[in-house]
Amino acid sequence: MIIKPEPSPKDLSFFIENAGLKPSDLLNMYKKMVTIRYFEESIKKVYHEGKNPFNMAAGIIRGEMHLSIGQEAVAVGSLYNARDEDAVISTHRPHHHAIAKGVDLKALAAEIFGKATGLCKGKGGHMHLFDRTKNFACSGIVGASFPQAAGAAFAFKYLGKDNVAFAFAGEGAANHGTFAETLNIASAWELPLIIIIEDNKYADSTPKSLVMSTTFHYQRGLAYNVPSYLVDGMDVIDVYSVVKKAAERARKGFGPTLIEALTYRYVGHFEGDGEEYRTKEEVEFWSAVDPIRRLENRLLKLNYADNDILAKLREEARREVQEAINFAMNSPYPDPSEAFRGVFA
Amino acid sequence: MKIRGIAQAIAEGIRQEMERNDRIVVLGEDVTYWGAVFGFTMGLFEKFGRRRVIDTPITEQTFMGIAVGAAAAGLHPVVSLMFVDFLGAGFDQMFNHMAKNYYMSGGQFPMPVTVITAIGGGYGDSAQHSQVLYGLFAHLPGFKVVIPSTPYDAKGLTIKALRDNNPVVIFGHKLLTGLPFLPFEGIEEEVPDEPYEIDFGKAAVRREGSDLTIIATALMVHRSLKAAEMLQKEGISAEVIDLRTLVPLDEETIVKSAKKTGRVLIVDEDYMSYGMTGEVAFRIQAKALSNLKVPIARLAVPDVPIPFSEPLESAVIPSVNSIYNEAKKLVH
Repeated sequence: MIIKPEPSPKDLSFFIENAGLKPSDLLNMYKKMVTIRYFEESIKKVYHEGKNPFNMAAGIIRGEMHLSIGQEAVAVGSLYNARDEDAVISTHRPHHHAIAKGVDLKALAAEIFGKATGLCKGKGGHMHLFDRTKNFACSGIVGASFPQAAGAAFAFKYLGKDNVAFAFAGEGAANHGTFAETLNIASAWELPLIIIIEDNKYADSTPKSLVMSTTFHYQRGLAYNVPSYLVDGMDVIDVYSVVKKAAERARKGFGPTLIEALTYRYVGHFEGDGEEYRTKEEVEFWSAVDPIRRLENRLLKLNYADNDILAKLREEARREVQEAINFAMNSPYPDPSEAFRGVFA
Repeated sequence: MKIRGIAQAIAEGIRQEMERNDRIVVLGEDVTYWGAVFGFTMGLFEKFGRRRVIDTPITEQTFMGIAVGAAAAGLHPVVSLMFVDFLGAGFDQMFNHMAKNYYMSGGQFPMPVTVITAIGGGYGDSAQHSQVLYGLFAHLPGFKVVIPSTPYDAKGLTIKALRDNNPVVIFGHKLLTGLPFLPFEGIEEEVPDEPYEIDFGKAAVRREGSDLTIIATALMVHRSLKAAEMLQKEGISAEVIDLRTLVPLDEETIVKSAKKTGRVLIVDEDYMSYGMTGEVAFRIQAKALSNLKVPIARLAVPDVPIPFSEPLESAVIPSVNSIYNEAKKLVH
């Protein structure tokens, strides 16, 4: 199900040049993807501490935990095109989008740990991350991101700003009525909206093929006159290139774009998920196209970096993540009285 | 200016605020030609045009979500939910996002959204078009719940809502709108031409009395006032309180009145169980139990969907006569 084969070095150079990417951009993307991977792996480790036997309420991090390990290229490739003022509405699986948007790692980690220093003072938690400085928001409700991003896009257009709103959602969310409703309105109103469907093949445990009447969601976008594309979500350059054109069109007033990125989560829907709905072979198959290793190989092949440079970037990412986790660990819990504040502005 | 009913008064309030604040936009079904069907946005399209008064497709979930996203990005959307009965189709965006994003974000994203919706029965529109349902909104933390019953209040409360940084839902009773195609039980009154605000959380004592207190909202205020006149003829002096807002609730005024009269009847066109009547009764007994001469009584829709046929509908929605009868029972 990989749409595009690994290109030859010559073709790859052409794609990169064509997308306007410099070697430094690719190294930045690499660093971001690695940061996301380390962050999620660290969260995963801490999450399971004190949870044997598995109990969501036990341990340092409470509640459900949805990780995006494997989906880093979609977030980074898409949001490398975003400015701080551009809006991003993410989902219940939001960490990779938050980090790709530039949300502060420490405040992000602290929110996941429920600490007073968190993005939302500990009131949101892992599924409800908000950062006004980066115009980042998310929702734990499936399908909720589409209209909200359309609303931000509407506001940008109304206010005469050349900003773009990004709605992220899974392929399961795209079966929600809000998807069709939003495509229709965004198209009719020519909103600067980019919808990015991360197709990781499973809505929780339900395979896409069992519940979808069409093979791809992008086909549905075409029915609403929305330019719609299928991209290789394990290839950060492919994602970046298509989103770049969409963002340029949106900023110039040419309306919305739908992008479906084929990707895979190497972990379960939530931590603790027994994953009986998929085979080991399938997971192994997708592991062979790990987006980070893929980019790493390309950087080496094109001589954009050597092993030392990549190791240095990885080390930096690892250190930043560790600092964020330490910050979260050592931060105080909010005072219980905080629970009673801030219902109304 | 003399205004008949609340619809024109609400539209007038929106118009004046739109002139003052160009971040206000009006969204929803049929908000242009039909003025949101019940007249709450009448005249705005003619005045401000399609850039600021925008018909949406029939997509309650999505246009409520658009309001959430637009508010987060700096606008103040006024959203028309045609009938409150349709809220089921848009409720997720309202109660999981509009009402919660300010709190969940730790104060980063205020949600200045004003939702205006039509409530109430009494004209044969049956179970899916006659409900009141404000109790649902009052139950959920994060909404301010506003229920005007007079043109003066309707304008002042609407302007207040449009200057509020929170989601406010304005419930306009259809029989108080003053539109020619509906029965009218409201009033026509002189309303100041200039903009003015009415504070939330301040109930209005519509009629002073000493023998019992009748607490009501919207249409039930007017029916209670008529019942109070009938009671007066028999020498019973009823005080009638119009709550005006359920969130915030003016506990002080209702407790004060209950202490004064010692007898309380709560009248509601919303469903009885787990509704406004229970909440208000609880608040009164908690602070005025020793002053109560008889148990608090309540009259509300008795937990049945609103039926179609005239005698059936009249049997479930509190009427002037049923209010009068319940009130009389409290005194004798």
